[in-house]
Amino acid sequence: MAKEGLGLEITELRLGLPSGPRSVDKIKEKKRVFSEINGGDGNGANSGDRDDYRKSQAKSQVVGWPPVCSYRRKVYSLNETSKMYVKVSMDGAPFLRKIDLGMHNGYADLALALEKLFGCFGIGEVLKDADSCEFAPIYEDKDGDWMLAGDVPWEMFLESCKRLRIMKRSDAKGFGVLESKGFLKATMKDEPK
Amino acid sequence: MLKMASSFPEEVLEHVFSFLQSDGDRNSISMVCKSWYEIERWCRRRIFVGNCYAVSPRILIRRFPDVRSITLKGKPHFADFNLVPEGWGGYVYPWIVALASAYPWLEEIRLKRMVVTDESLELIAKSFKNFKLLVLSSCEGFSTDGLASIAANCRNLQELDLHESDVEDLSGRWLSHFPDTYTSLVSLNIACLGSEVSFSALERLVGRCPNLRSLRLHRAVPLDRLSNLLHRAPQLVELGTGAYSAELRPDVLSNLSSALSACRELKSLSGFWDVVPTYLPAVYSICPGLTSLNLSYAIIQSPDLIKLVSQCPNLQRLWVLDYIEDVGLDALAVSCKDLRELRVFPSDPFVLEANVSLTEQGLISVSEGCPKLQSVLYFCRQMSNEALITIARNQPNFTCFRLCIIEPRTPDYLTLEPLDVGFGAIVEHCKDLTRLSVSGLLTDRAFEYIGTYGKKLEMLSLAFAGDSDLGLHHVLSGCDNLRKLEIRDCPFGDKALLANAAKLETMRSLWMSSCSVSYGACKLLGQKLPRLNVEVIDERGHPASRPESLPVEKLYIYRSVAGPRFDMPNFVWTMDENSALRLT
Repeated sequence: MAKEGLGLEITELRLGLPSGPRSVDKIKEKKRVFSEINGGDGNGANSGDRDDYRKSQAKSQVVGWPPVCSYRRKVYSLNETSKMYVKVSMDGAPFLRKIDLGMHNGYADLALALEKLFGCFGIGEVLKDADSCEFAPIYEDKDGDWMLAGDVPWEMFLESCKRLRIMKRSDAKGFGVLESKGFLKATMKDEPK
Repeated sequence: MLKMASSFPEEVLEHVFSFLQSDGDRNSISMVCKSWYEIERWCRRRIFVGNCYAVSPRILIRRFPDVRSITLKGKPHFADFNLVPEGWGGYVYPWIVALASAYPWLEEIRLKRMVVTDESLELIAKSFKNFKLLVLSSCEGFSTDGLASIAANCRNLQELDLHESDVEDLSGRWLSHFPDTYTSLVSLNIACLGSEVSFSALERLVGRCPNLRSLRLHRAVPLDRLSNLLHRAPQLVELGTGAYSAELRPDVLSNLSSALSACRELKSLSGFWDVVPTYLPAVYSICPGLTSLNLSYAIIQSPDLIKLVSQCPNLQRLWVLDYIEDVGLDALAVSCKDLRELRVFPSDPFVLEANVSLTEQGLISVSEGCPKLQSVLYFCRQMSNEALITIARNQPNFTCFRLCIIEPRTPDYLTLEPLDVGFGAIVEHCKDLTRLSVSGLLTDRAFEYIGTYGKKLEMLSLAFAGDSDLGLHHVLSGCDNLRKLEIRDCPFGDKALLANAAKLETMRSLWMSSCSVSYGACKLLGQKLPRLNVEVIDERGHPASRPESLPVEKLYIYRSVAGPRFDMPNFVWTMDENSALRLT
């Protein structure tokens, strides 16, 4: 096996403690580590706003951590969440549907559910290629404003969403720059409740 | 030697081989000589495929012409934690098509973490006349319509187990598709379903199947229905209750108690959703006979839990939520001397502050009080090196030790040091340890211990640990029996992986996500090691569109004789000689 670029130090077994104040830093940052984990490791920038929200909630937002399997998480959420039915309208569909937001773990799960409700109109495509989807998911919040889904943490979305609309992207011309990457990002970094 | 081997008639050798069931033994016999290989392949009936992409149906069928039982596993373990994106793969349909034409006498199919469609279930239902057993563990992609096909067509079905699968629950009508003439049910696990089934259909089914041993109901079956079912199946060995609640009526408790006490063979209990504690005493009469108790979905506080476990002196397996607390585990250590396996799950995993009084002390108590304890899964919020050393000394017989300290990178809460020495003690004392999951603050030192002492380790799970490539190098170069390694969020990069590339061919699989392995290294591995599938999983688009030195999101490497697969979604790429040419 080619060893180009490898120094022999890889085979040198050192028995001392790791150098540097790293472990001490980690302890000082203990309280914040949980909420900051998502922001590091070159996995894409996350907004500072989200970190602040997370700290205030003192809740985990790291994907797949703690390692409780998704089946078990579903049962937990069934135990805790009350029914949160909201109306969902889709441009071009003749009638509305209702969806229980509390039954879903996060944006990715919701996207799949919407896809199933309205057929393969490409909601899930937003996950793969933001520009290919001709639809954008928006929701009406408590203040009556229409917001693009995916910008805020899932729990915040659950609290403020009053109804959903799957809007044709072409109707969005009046809205300015439609940063759909918010939904894309959020579905990647989703944390099931 | 050759003369001796051929002087035995085939039938004799076949008979001798029939006493060897384990795959390891069978594989060994098949390598003795060509004639043994031939005889063995014709008489092997049970096949285990740990990674459905490691071999193709065609290769399997070519070698083994008469298979009756097959197990297939699909997605990597970390899929359980939503780390494997939807659409990655693990489709069973091509397998079923091939099996249907090659093995008309196939009796058993066990699938884990695979995508199973209704089409696949229909094909199973129609293709195998003597089909007896279907286990779908953590599978997805099918609906209750598929189950209806199975129920309607599989006349000889004995076991249907939907263990924790994600089923599209359209309605409960599927259960009524079992014909009235069908009486061979032995085991039914529908705990993961949601829709109500017809209770009368269920009662009639249970009543006409005299061999029914295991019945695991779902949440939609309320407690007042349970008595009726139990009256029809007092021979049950395993019971999963439905919702453990009903309106508080005096007759419910007494009916349930008498129904349960009539089940003299009952050894295993599970279910217990939505527990109303008033009804717990109904199970007391059967507690002395219980060997397995799964309360991991039950919201029961420690005083009631203590009352329960104190009456189960023969308990071998306990799964419970951390409501049991240290005090409950103390009681467990006193009452359950035969305990072999303990799993303590977190009741509120996403909150940093402890909501219950469960600490390292509980684990110390059981390790001290339960001499046969071999397997542990423990979620807690604090740990110390001292505790781990004590636990290791108390119980050197651990074969499976999985500790999850809920907050990543938590140090020893007493000394604030890393937990290297503690986990070092675990691997050093527990010489038969085959499975280990670590957590808390760990430096490369911890991995040095694991590499030095973890000689029997087969499966290792790492998260938020280590300092450098040296950590990964210790593991890959030291753990001689490593088969499955899964890593997330560790600062491991190219060096250790490339230096130990040959090791990867001796393992089933390696998963690395949110680490620092570059696209360039992945390509190199793929080119140099043709018997490995090096899959790069990256939802940000093809890694070739970014500098080669940048890390990939996720990496899944597994050995395969089937070559690269062709069912990958557009965010997965296999690295091989052609990977440079093959863009999205």
